[in-house]
Amino acid sequence: MSADLETFYEVIRRQGITRRSFTKFCSLTAASLGLGAGAATEMAQALETKPRVPVIWMHGLECTCCSESFIRSAHPLVKDVILSMISLDYDDTIMAAAGHQAEAILQETREKYKGKYILAVEGNPPLNEGGMFCIDGGRPFVEKLKEMAEDAFAVIAWGACASWGCVQAAKPNPTQATPIDKVIKNKPIIKVPGCPPIAEVMTGVVTYVTTFGKLPELDRQGRPKMFYSQRIHDKCYRRPHFDAGQFVEEWDDEGAKKGHCLYKMGCKGPTTYNACSTVRWNGGVSFPIQSGHGCIGCSEEGFWDKGSFYDRLTGINVFGIEANADKVGATVAGVVAAGVAAHAAVTAVKRIVKKPENVG
Amino acid sequence: MTQIAQVQGVLDASGERARSLQTIYVYEAPVRLWHWVNALAITALCVTGYFIGSPLPSLPGEASQHFLMGYIRFTHFAAGQTLIVFFLLRLYWAFVGNKFSRQLSYLPVWNKTWLWGIFYEFKWYMFLVKDPKKYIGHNPLAHVAMFSFMLFLLFMMASGMALYSEGLGIDSWQHRLFGFMFTLFPNSQDLHTWHHLGMWAIVVFVIVHVYAAVREDILSRQSMISSMVSGERLFRDDLPD
Repeated sequence: MSADLETFYEVIRRQGITRRSFTKFCSLTAASLGLGAGAATEMAQALETKPRVPVIWMHGLECTCCSESFIRSAHPLVKDVILSMISLDYDDTIMAAAGHQAEAILQETREKYKGKYILAVEGNPPLNEGGMFCIDGGRPFVEKLKEMAEDAFAVIAWGACASWGCVQAAKPNPTQATPIDKVIKNKPIIKVPGCPPIAEVMTGVVTYVTTFGKLPELDRQGRPKMFYSQRIHDKCYRRPHFDAGQFVEEWDDEGAKKGHCLYKMGCKGPTTYNACSTVRWNGGVSFPIQSGHGCIGCSEEGFWDKGSFYDRLTGINVFGIEANADKVGATVAGVVAAGVAAHAAVTAVKRIVKKPENVG
Repeated sequence: MTQIAQVQGVLDASGERARSLQTIYVYEAPVRLWHWVNALAITALCVTGYFIGSPLPSLPGEASQHFLMGYIRFTHFAAGQTLIVFFLLRLYWAFVGNKFSRQLSYLPVWNKTWLWGIFYEFKWYMFLVKDPKKYIGHNPLAHVAMFSFMLFLLFMMASGMALYSEGLGIDSWQHRLFGFMFTLFPNSQDLHTWHHLGMWAIVVFVIVHVYAAVREDILSRQSMISSMVSGERLFRDDLPD
């Protein structure tokens, strides 16, 4: 906190990291963010000249899986540097300070870095009963969130909770858990969905914002394009089996052993935008589909309320009966066909009973 | 030609003279072509669409030996884009074609006779009136049905292109143009479901459409099915309206 005007470069040099390591970090990060050739230099330049950006990390209704993911950012260089690079001034889950001491940091940051700090939010505020379902520091979390967002430069919505609501917002959503962008309207919000988001994606987003002092390019739904512009399905290593028409039909069949496409087992890869099939998890070791289980679409809006994870066709709740598009459609088509047949029968009977007296 | 002109009326082996009845050229060639291209494209779209949602049984052997899902999807995408191209041509024809070509593009709700006609036609289908009316273009009820189907086709085309753009990437022109569908349906899974339900709506439409066309062809006072082949609407009687 004391080094408020210190740059990131000064901090790491003071910690004994060589310039060589520093430039390596810049190249690596630029590459992982999918930035162009000149970006590494640009990044080094920014880290040498711009003061470190403080990050306030708050927790609403959530399970802390985002934090668990974040602290496991795989590449050691990335992890070490990121954790020293962002000035993580407040994170009630992992910080040493507690109680009034901790709360004081929030006020201090608000005043000292007005309009400059990044507010990273894990989880979301429940709005029902005046926000009483999530009390943080003796008052509703929603109040704290609004207050801290007021003077933030930008808000990062970590995970499916902050981005979309996640399981605590599942129907009927008794606590009225509400995604961040429905509560904070006047600040730029970056959604980093996933349950949790991939560690490297999280560090990548923080690095980008703190380094360049601006938001990465976002897609229509407010997600950084660099990580969320492609479907799991389009970069899946099992895609050739899909194109060929080779599927796992049962969990223990030949196709499952051979690693065929999990489409029929309800894999949500075709409708899920995330970097799992490219970045993968745990340092690039694997990702759900590689482990033989379909994608559950955890980074997509409402994934928790879209029927079974194991159905290809989404369950539709019609009149309280579980069905899918085919069942609903075939039923309606059958009813209409029966109606048409009945209509045709009535027409025919009328024609026979009453011989038309030659209309012409 | 002169020989035919010299013969009055039409004679066949039975020796009866045919009566000349009113015939009006209603469906111009582009309209008819559009209709039948639609019929083929929609059939292909429904079949391939169904198999995209519920793929055929798994194929044995190596992935390199097959491209079944690829071909099914290609057919779906090709048929879908054919449908769109012909829809655009049809839209153009609504501007330059005859007055009947414009019928599908609007509902004349300000026309009291037309509004009355909807109820009259409805009663005709409910067996409540004895005789149908004569119509050169669509009857008012069919007009409403076809107009609704055009709106529905717009949804199917927009959702189809939006889903197609997912594979092309969010920087493609298809996504720029149709990505708004993902503002309406943030989770593409929902858009898939609606697009899939749309297929069944088309199946329902086809059942009703074919039934109504055949029934009208038999019971109404003008030709139906042959009109979509020759373009000419033939009236069966000379009685007024």
